[in-house]
Amino acid sequence: MTNQYTDLKNADVILIMGGNPAENHPVAMKWIMRAKEQRGAKLVVVDPRFTRTAAKADLYVPIRSGTDIVFLGGLIKYIIDNNLYFKDYVLNYTDASFLVDPNFKLPDELDGVFSGYDEKKRAYDKATWKFQLDENGIPKKDPTLQDPHCVFQLLRKIYSRYTLDVVSNITGAPKDKIEECYKILASTGKPDKVMTECYAMGWTQHTVGAQNIRAMSIIQLLLGNMGMAGGGINALRGESNVQGSTDAGLLFHILTGYNPTPVASDVDLKTYIEKYTPKTKEPKSLNWLSNRPKYIVSYLKAIYGDKATKENDYCYSYLPKRDDTQNCSWLMIFDQMYKGKIKGFFAWGQNPACSGANSNKTRQALAKLDWLVCVNLWDNETSSFWKGPGMDSKKIKTEVFFLPCAASVEKEGSVTNSGRIAQWRYKAVNPPGKCMPDAEIINELYFRVKKLYEKEKGAFPDPILHLTWDYGEKDKNGKIKHVDVHKVAKEINGYFTADVPEHPNDKKAYKKGQQVPSFALLLDDGRTACGNWIYCGSYTDAGNMMARRGKEDPTGLGLFPNWAWSWPVNRRIIYNRASVDPQGNPWDPKRAVIKWDAANKKWVGDIADGPQPPLALEGGKLPFIMKPLGVGAIFGPGMADGPFPVHYEPLECPFQENPLYKKHRINPTVKLFDADTDVFVYCDTRYPYVGTTYRVTEHWQTGVMTRHTDWLRELEPQIFAEIDPVLAKEKGIKSGDKVIVSSARGKLWAIAIITPRLQPMKVLGQTIHIVGLPWHYGWKFPEDGSGGDSANLLTPTIGDPNTMIPESKAFMVNIEKA
Amino acid sequence: MARKGLLITPDICVGCRACQVACKEWNQLPATKTKNNGTHENPPDLDGNNFNKIRFIEHADQKGVKWLFVSQRCMHCGEPACVQICPVGALIKDKDTGIVYYDKNKCIACHACKSACPFDIPRYDQGGKGKIAKCHLCIDRVRAGLTPACAKTCPTGAIRYGDRDALLKEAKAKKYKIYGETELGGLGVIFALTDSPKIYKLAESPKISESVAFWGSVLRTLVGRGDSTASTFVRYLAHKSTEK
Ligand code: SF4
Ligand code: SF4
Ligand code: SF4
Repeated sequence: MTNQYTDLKNADVILIMGGNPAENHPVAMKWIMRAKEQRGAKLVVVDPRFTRTAAKADLYVPIRSGTDIVFLGGLIKYIIDNNLYFKDYVLNYTDASFLVDPNFKLPDELDGVFSGYDEKKRAYDKATWKFQLDENGIPKKDPTLQDPHCVFQLLRKIYSRYTLDVVSNITGAPKDKIEECYKILASTGKPDKVMTECYAMGWTQHTVGAQNIRAMSIIQLLLGNMGMAGGGINALRGESNVQGSTDAGLLFHILTGYNPTPVASDVDLKTYIEKYTPKTKEPKSLNWLSNRPKYIVSYLKAIYGDKATKENDYCYSYLPKRDDTQNCSWLMIFDQMYKGKIKGFFAWGQNPACSGANSNKTRQALAKLDWLVCVNLWDNETSSFWKGPGMDSKKIKTEVFFLPCAASVEKEGSVTNSGRIAQWRYKAVNPPGKCMPDAEIINELYFRVKKLYEKEKGAFPDPILHLTWDYGEKDKNGKIKHVDVHKVAKEINGYFTADVPEHPNDKKAYKKGQQVPSFALLLDDGRTACGNWIYCGSYTDAGNMMARRGKEDPTGLGLFPNWAWSWPVNRRIIYNRASVDPQGNPWDPKRAVIKWDAANKKWVGDIADGPQPPLALEGGKLPFIMKPLGVGAIFGPGMADGPFPVHYEPLECPFQENPLYKKHRINPTVKLFDADTDVFVYCDTRYPYVGTTYRVTEHWQTGVMTRHTDWLRELEPQIFAEIDPVLAKEKGIKSGDKVIVSSARGKLWAIAIITPRLQPMKVLGQTIHIVGLPWHYGWKFPEDGSGGDSANLLTPTIGDPNTMIPESKAFMVNIEKA
Repeated sequence: MARKGLLITPDICVGCRACQVACKEWNQLPATKTKNNGTHENPPDLDGNNFNKIRFIEHADQKGVKWLFVSQRCMHCGEPACVQICPVGALIKDKDTGIVYYDKNKCIACHACKSACPFDIPRYDQGGKGKIAKCHLCIDRVRAGLTPACAKTCPTGAIRYGDRDALLKEAKAKKYKIYGETELGGLGVIFALTDSPKIYKLAESPKISESVAFWGSVLRTLVGRGDSTASTFVRYLAHKSTEK
């Protein structure tokens, strides 16, 4: 989230597309309903299904799953054609006026791909995806926005084909609804009108997932809605602490604080720093990530302590390295596992047998392991996979270990919500029996692994033996008796490892052992240690900021700066320098996030994105401080699949070709998997309906926790398939009937819910029906099998080329009465 | 204490059903084993273990689809028919708060209240055969100065608890159509609507059947005699009284 849950109440228009907060984030819905009730805000919902969120909408527009970019591309065209963009914002704070390399080509000119496409590699050479530079090395600009190579003109050109008729024809949305919708959304291109957008897996789980979000970012930049109260783009995260886990480096490609994981060719710290520290020649750019060296060195100091010295590159060589092009995302792990290339697996707090796409493949993959460790609250479809349907346990050699763990309310610690607020939680009850908090399990594991390395040495023991592990009192064997999570949190915040008599930044003196007050004070010379730079400031000498419960609201916007603590540096709305004009006056004084106090030469309001003065004043800086050029990027050369989003069909779709770019039906850069279970179909009469998966309020994820809660199972006891009344009639299916839903990869039974909330759509002259299923169920519980199994039995192994998130929102199925 | 009430605003209810779960949790009611009947609405009806429930109401026409979520539970009537008919005084209207609660120790399971109630609310424990079980507006919580569990948990404010007058005033200020202001002596559970009650499946002009008062006095007289056969006889008559 760029903004906060509470800030949703400040919006004039709320677009929900790719999400369903009423069902999956009901507390977020509180703020949306407040905006409606108190400000008369308009709620617009664009979704293939009429959801509980749509039930609250002022306008609902149905679209075919997987056509969001067509819908949004049409909106971009509408904004440009009708001159509805926020000109001052676009000119000052985005790259719209920047000139792109004349050799850069759009898909219109190249049969559906951008310049640089290599068909064999299914990847781009991005040589032409760059700006023309002037003699000072900064991009050339055309403030009139007329130059045919400027970003704005390219944008106009690429979406010129996304007319209302085309949009309606491809998405299946009625033309009048599209137009009504565009009118409402584009009305927020004025300084005093703001739109916010909320999305979740409905946008991400597509082969164009990241580009769905890029398209919206472009729109929010055109309308000047980034950085504003009631604006921004808000990813509603699907778990209470999923934000915290990615912040903490859970994913394969990042360490903590989004520092990249090194690859084999990053041979030493110098190479790493050189490669990953962005440079800029733009004098007005703050280029915050130029501080990368401080963050990576402080990280190494945190994990290797005194062992990390300048002389030994701060133990940089201890960090595991990926092969240069190696992708270790979820789909790749299970593909490798399926191919017998992975020996052991920790399924920690997860249930891949139901959560992963193409569950049959996932379940077969588990059978190829030598060992599997499941850390969970309940025995589930993963830990008992060998007893599951179609499994011959006699032929499975996998040894399974089950470690029961404590639930979130049975341990102390922090959770970080979608709005980046890290909130400390106390322990409410003790875990039952021998269940342990995860940290204790890790502590046990670490101690045992370390002992083995001490005894048997092994290939490279130092990275394990030299880890700092000062999280509490030791027993006589040297093991930490109990992990003190406050010590962990303090290490994450960071501390001075040596006296700093005069800090180069604030000229103050700091003593060894003092907590670092803010990441602006981290150093790259080994005198600071910090587990995660973005959390620096969360646990200072003044105490645990995450445990604060102050209810003051000085801005009146509901930002509550003294409630817990949000990264970075307790900033509640990021990119907030874009909420003021170049003089530092709020675009909308009624909703001022920050304001430049000229007399005292400082910002007031939220913590500004950098203390530097506003753009037009002496020493002023551009607002988008994480971007080397300081502006919001309409042109996105960092993407794998193109600097602008364009429409490609889902891997499985009802059509023979892409109506817009005939030569490339699907995203030309997706990785195609080749295992025997990785089959897919398109335009195939055996699987004529668009399938999609989702969640409901009453269950959570694969349902391991909620299926074991009788009160919730009472509300949603069984897997269901929602279909429209026309399809139901054709198939002779009645509400409550048992049906079989199948795809090229698997099938399962479900209970039919026939509802007018789903309607057939006219798309490219065909009638399209959708079949919607939740993925909360599994064969293991309820034990009588009455719940059904996971809808992921149907979904394909295919991912977005940028993120590798599986495409579980659009695939092809059949449905028959059982 | 002023008369207490709930203000229910279906327009801001998102159908999350946290209220259903909160009620079961506070009252420690076991789950019913349900199946999916081709709708999200579950359990299918109020029962001895379900004191409140969200109705999922779909309306479809040329203009599009509407999906309404409407809370169903005891209305805590100002003139409660259930209290009038109950022969043993097991149903009680609290003098302080107006809450219609019950004393299971007194209930003789005659089931007269079910049919007397204009909203078809009373249900019975032991699988429908036992004693009265219905929403008691969390009178235990209210007396301890707490908010009823369902209102406390509701994330959107679709169920709000407070002094009935204040809730009414607030709903009127927001220009809602009020349901329950005057009906049956004024309901303790009032609804803020934007359409006709019918759309929300709320009974239009609910009335207490004239025979309720009559049967109430007959049954009470019999019980007053206190002989041992009376209670079986009362149950029989109560049953008769409510046959339609
Ligand atoms: S709604 Fe029915 S049960 Fe509730 S107080 Fe009124 S008459 Fe009694
Ligand atoms: S007021 Fe109490 S008893 Fe009545 S429905 Fe709400 S939680 Fe249940
Ligand atoms: S808790 Fe509130 S929003 Fe949720 S279903 Fe109940 S009344 Fe509606």
